[in-house]
Amino acid sequence: MTKFVTPQAMAEMIPSGCKLGLAPDDYGASPGLVRMLIDRGIRDLHVVCAPIGGMQVDMLIGAGAVSTLETSAVSLGEAGGAPCFNRAVREGAIRLLDGTCPAVFAGLTAAEKGVPFMPIRGIIGSDLLKRRDDWKVASNPFDEAEKIVVVSAIQPDISLIHAPEADRFGNVRLGRRREVMLLAHASKKTFVTVERISEVSLLEDEKLAAGILPAMYVSAVAQLENGGWPTGLYAEYPRDGGEVEKYAKAARSAEGFRAYVGGLGGAA
Amino acid sequence: MSQSCTGRELLIYTIARLLNGVQHVAVGQSSPMPAAGAMLLRAMNQDAGKEDVQLSILGSVKHNSFTSGAGELFDCAAQGRLDAFFLGGGQIDGQGNVNLVGTGDYPNSPVRWPGSFGSAYLYFLVPRVILFREEHSVRSLVERVDFVSAPGASDETVYRKGGPHALLTNAALFSFDRDARRFRLESIHPGFDWRDIRTTTGFSYDNEKCETTTPLPDSKVLSTIRGRIREELHECYPQFAARMPGPD
Repeated sequence: MTKFVTPQAMAEMIPSGCKLGLAPDDYGASPGLVRMLIDRGIRDLHVVCAPIGGMQVDMLIGAGAVSTLETSAVSLGEAGGAPCFNRAVREGAIRLLDGTCPAVFAGLTAAEKGVPFMPIRGIIGSDLLKRRDDWKVASNPFDEAEKIVVVSAIQPDISLIHAPEADRFGNVRLGRRREVMLLAHASKKTFVTVERISEVSLLEDEKLAAGILPAMYVSAVAQLENGGWPTGLYAEYPRDGGEVEKYAKAARSAEGFRAYVGGLGGAA
Repeated sequence: MSQSCTGRELLIYTIARLLNGVQHVAVGQSSPMPAAGAMLLRAMNQDAGKEDVQLSILGSVKHNSFTSGAGELFDCAAQGRLDAFFLGGGQIDGQGNVNLVGTGDYPNSPVRWPGSFGSAYLYFLVPRVILFREEHSVRSLVERVDFVSAPGASDETVYRKGGPHALLTNAALFSFDRDARRFRLESIHPGFDWRDIRTTTGFSYDNEKCETTTPLPDSKVLSTIRGRIREELHECYPQFAARMPGPD
């Protein structure tokens, strides 16, 4: 059964030390709840970016909450590089599992299907491969002459996403952003913040049903209006480019970052 | 009007020329110029009554028809349903290797870039990968990259249908010979000569003393860029579009 909780309660349900799956900025990122995780002093996270990270990931790194980062990239988009990420890399403050977007999807797909690995094209000859114990080069069992990369399943303990809408039964509308659906399918638990809650079951409308994450995957829902801010929410609202720029400037120094997260209000 | 064409408009037009003949082109995140070039190709084809071009602009609601999420791009590429894509890179070397990770020793790169995105996969699968890097310097175009995000070539044991097609910078256009694993200087943008290119390129390449000038867009193309393309870009790249010259 899906629990309906307050955002504060949801933040308490995500423990330090877990493997936390996060969606990209503007497509399911929940920076509003991430701010609450930072405020309560969460630590030692293994963050899985599905498949890339942005402002919410940079904030977690800046707050010292991340011990391992598994990602294909971290960037603030039009606002440029991710300052806390870059600083942490330079200082060796985080363990880095650098990847490539389709390998993240392949690993999540393996977890979704309950198999230990997934084969994937490309990658051979990339220096990424030398640094990943969880990727191997195998022979195609049907054609020994061909080499192919296999990647281990990626199963987050918890995934945290933001979505436009849930119904009061726990079904969540994701629409065509099915990589967020994949992340939820692959994770042991999924926590969702939403803009609004529908009294009518979202599964009743056949036109919507294919874009709905069913409640059986959803452990908890919290209503958090504007929870994607200052990044955007796909097909709902664009990112607040000025605010992300402001963050990018502030976070260039550790002191500036602390002043920014200390001074910022909630998502509302 | 050609005299007043900006450097960026020349690049947008050149990208559209490099895409000539493709049926499906995808453009990654944070890539306003490639997006503009792909949109221009679509507009030029429509004006000429040619076959419509499928655009998949990541980050766009209007110019992207994928319904299976971000993973669909990669599935399309592996099946051969995608003809062209763009890669940037903090460093690009003379063998076509690209580095999107950082300088110096990994992992504690003194200069860190965002990361490899889909490069380590798409470079193998998309037939026409256009390397686009505005900065033309010995810092960006190097003899050997510090980190290989994606290799320019592979041996025959690796499934490889794609790779580098061209390298476009703010100063010149190169083609890539996959057998020789070398770039060839094809044309130089107005305002530069072959000596400029030689001294600002960190790797060796063929046709060093190139005399060909990169063609400029005519006035009709230029007004398409300043009108329709600028408008189409606004959805995903409002800041970039606002800095472009508008219609007369």
